[in-house]
Amino acid sequence: MEALLLEYLPILIFLGVAIALSLVFVGAAWLIARQNPDPEKLSAYECGFDAFGDSRRQFDVRFYLVSILFIIFDLEVAFLFPWAVALGDIGIFGFWSMVIFLGILTVGFIYEWKKGALEWE
Amino acid sequence: MIIETLCFYLFAAVTLFSAFMVISSRNPVHSVLFLILAFINSAALFLLLGAEFLAMILIIVYVGAVAVLFLFVVMMLDIDFEEMRRGFLQYLPIGALIGAVLLAELLLVLGTWAVSPEAAEMAAAPTPPVEEVSNTAALGQLLYTHYVYLFQAAGMILLVAMVGAIVLTHRTRKGVKKQNIGEQVRRRRSDAVEIKKVQPGQGI
Repeated sequence: MEALLLEYLPILIFLGVAIALSLVFVGAAWLIARQNPDPEKLSAYECGFDAFGDSRRQFDVRFYLVSILFIIFDLEVAFLFPWAVALGDIGIFGFWSMVIFLGILTVGFIYEWKKGALEWE
Repeated sequence: MIIETLCFYLFAAVTLFSAFMVISSRNPVHSVLFLILAFINSAALFLLLGAEFLAMILIIVYVGAVAVLFLFVVMMLDIDFEEMRRGFLQYLPIGALIGAVLLAELLLVLGTWAVSPEAAEMAAAPTPPVEEVSNTAALGQLLYTHYVYLFQAAGMILLVAMVGAIVLTHRTRKGVKKQNIGEQVRRRRSDAVEIKKVQPGQGI
């Protein structure tokens, strides 16, 4: 347990350094720099023109479909990691259980391919 | 050891704070960013428990995919959040009622919660110590053989999610010109070009 956590000690040190540095930068800018606030400094800059419209507008639902399909295959790959690590211990039954799992998802993959969900236009 | 305890309190406090900010911040984009912070701190808490694989999966799947999807939806969808908040006082009684019921259920569950002494023996396999078997390997040794039905059910659920997303959102568009490379390559000169002998002084 201790050995496992010691492997992550560099990340903890990195986190501490990152927090300290960002506090120093933001704090120094807040304390030392000359403050001269103006609403124009916060307005959207669009090549010198006024902004054309609101950023929250309707967009194509296909972007959403692509990311949902990505998440599903992301999860499928997440199941592969422990299987690959433990493949020596779980024998032929564990191997075929994963093959059936992949087969089920391949059915879905063929379905979405044939439906044209992977094609943009 | 003292560092471990300090880390636990730090990550737990940041998780609680960011979870509170998710439901209370005015800007929905800030809510999603706080949600990502809560996920990352929960991953650190998992790591402190020794559940290395779960911590990494939490980062890959939740931070890498789900939170980005949320951010995407919140930033792009045309939702007027001021409009949604307008009916807040009107729905306050029913919201308070549901909240009270949930609170009572939580208190009942947590108040009478007790671990049975036989529970530890009834587990399929006790968690092996991390020094001997790594967390990922311990999961792999159980998941694909002992819990094979649940594992296949997970596959089925993913399949249903895939089919459902396609059925709900996919529609074929008409009048779209597509490039079919196979057809282009198969095309012969005889399909495309026709040579006509034209007599002088006559049209075709």
